[in-house]
Amino acid sequence: MIPFITAGDPAPELTVPLMHALVEGGADIIELGVPFSDPMADGPTIQRASERALVNGMSLRKVLALVSDFRATNSDTPVVLMGYANPIEAMGVDRFVAAAGAAGVDGVLVVDYPPEECEAFARTLKAGSMDPIFLLAPTSTEQRIREVATIGSGYIYYVSLKGVTGSGALDFDDVAARMPQIRQGVGMPVGVGFGIRDAESARRIGEVADAVVIGSRIIEEIEDSPRDQAVARVKNFVEGVRAALDQIQGAPR
Amino acid sequence: MQTADKPYRFPDSHGHFGPYGGVFVAETLIPALDELNAAYEACRSNPAFIAEFEYELKHYVGRPSPIYHAKRISDSLGGAQIYLKREDLNHTGAHKVNNCIGQALVARYMGKPRVIAETGAGQHGVATATVAARYGMECVVYMGAEDVKRQAANVYRMKLLGAKVVPVESGSKTLKDALNEAMRDWVTNIHNTFYIIGTVAGPHPYPMMVRDFQTVIGKECLVQMPEMTGRQPDYVIACVGGGSNAMGIFHPYIDVPGVRLIGVEAYGEGLESGRHAASLTGGTPGVLHGNRTYLLQSEDGQIIETHSISAGLDYPGVGPEHAWLKDSDRAEYVGVTDQEALAAFHNLCHLEGIIPALESSHALAYAAKLAPTLPRDKILLVNLSGRGDKDMHTVAEKSGIQF
Repeated sequence: MIPFITAGDPAPELTVPLMHALVEGGADIIELGVPFSDPMADGPTIQRASERALVNGMSLRKVLALVSDFRATNSDTPVVLMGYANPIEAMGVDRFVAAAGAAGVDGVLVVDYPPEECEAFARTLKAGSMDPIFLLAPTSTEQRIREVATIGSGYIYYVSLKGVTGSGALDFDDVAARMPQIRQGVGMPVGVGFGIRDAESARRIGEVADAVVIGSRIIEEIEDSPRDQAVARVKNFVEGVRAALDQIQGAPR
Repeated sequence: MQTADKPYRFPDSHGHFGPYGGVFVAETLIPALDELNAAYEACRSNPAFIAEFEYELKHYVGRPSPIYHAKRISDSLGGAQIYLKREDLNHTGAHKVNNCIGQALVARYMGKPRVIAETGAGQHGVATATVAARYGMECVVYMGAEDVKRQAANVYRMKLLGAKVVPVESGSKTLKDALNEAMRDWVTNIHNTFYIIGTVAGPHPYPMMVRDFQTVIGKECLVQMPEMTGRQPDYVIACVGGGSNAMGIFHPYIDVPGVRLIGVEAYGEGLESGRHAASLTGGTPGVLHGNRTYLLQSEDGQIIETHSISAGLDYPGVGPEHAWLKDSDRAEYVGVTDQEALAAFHNLCHLEGIIPALESSHALAYAAKLAPTLPRDKILLVNLSGRGDKDMHTVAEKSGIQF
């Protein structure tokens, strides 16, 4: 299970407690969103999270500091940063990779860096012992799957529907049908995200994928909670998903 | 400087203009862009497509647009002669329609019955709604909620033309957010939807495709200027927001030696004030909206809000080919303030009987600065990219007049 939260939402001081809550709730990997002013691939929920985080003064530098804080008491759970290219380019790729490595980041997913635009970035990340994580979509071609397999490492994030994060319509049969081809093509674990809303949809995806990614639904939990209850409610929600995944025969993630 | 023996060939096959341009989008959009690329390649080399595009430009838009010698303005400035390329006389009142017709024809070729667009002031939205009506396509226009309030007349125009206008409430509620929202629509509805981008920005092939459709402006000038003056101009001057009118008139002149190309950005309340929209002269390179280019951004790489009296220039990025022309010194980029543009607006009204768009008034304002420093036999060609009817409200308000 790979839960996603946006760093700095609802408040910078809640990000590290939320990360620990995700781990206690059963997260295998944490995707930590780096807020950006123009999150083109995200739906309204994650956009709002980004806007709140930016109002709270969050920046890439501060996100890395939060990862360091998290690492003070958790040295095991992998942390993957997910965000957009511009904040990284503004910091400078080399400086970013050095700082991310030092902070204890394990992987980086840059939404608007498709393989053809980031060969050097992916190389630099790998040289720093971090994984460049890539997206694949229902529309991705065989050739695309091979390209991503060559340049990426860690896992593949399969976007389960055509659209933006948090969208409604998720086609389980379509995901199930595509999974063998993608798995075989990339030779690494495949996480599936975009449109997973609850324990039941997580379980159904978990039956065919190596991991499920849940983002917008957790952000909604944070939005709907009084500030002092956000951490407990997120933990509770994630536990529910974990329990559903654990019912799956075989090797649920 | 680029010369005739070193022909200019950009972008490369991946859409790069030197380090700029490219395809910086999420994986979900890659197949759509591949499909568009293939369709556009097929169209641009198809004589029937080109013939239909030219027919539409002639009979629907009213091209070629004339060039006009602004003698009274030139005399009042006492220096170089100012010539105006009259894109304001096009159907819908600006250069935007050239590109919209081209993209609508590509959409029809691809069998997409639905077109979407982003718009700031509403000019590109109106042009898109116009061609959608012309070709019988469903049309949805995304417009920042702030802009919807400021540009009520254009919103109504789009609705008259049968388009649906969607106010965008996210981010700064302006053009850049409308663009984000249009991208989100596109990624969700790729199967039946064509995204008509209004300027020479976005992921490849948009900067190249929009440029190609707009170069009709400069190609006409290459023929018209020798007819009128016996030679090509010494300077070609155009305003730059996203940069489509400038690229349209610059591009055919890139390989013509001795012609200086000058792009004029919006300095708003002044470059030093921080309240401006001058990406090239006041920004730094970065990645936004699918391409690498100059951006107005914070130290942390967040896009910052821009300001210009002219909504059409109020954008924090700029087309990647302008970034390349700047770095390679083939074009020069300067700026003028809101006040200077307003003064040029009033001057053209009074001295030539032409009401220019506030965008184009930026180019006029720089020409008015440059002309007096040059001898009378020098020639400045200014792209009058649009007419000012849409700006009545803004200008009246600045003069303290309420309708």
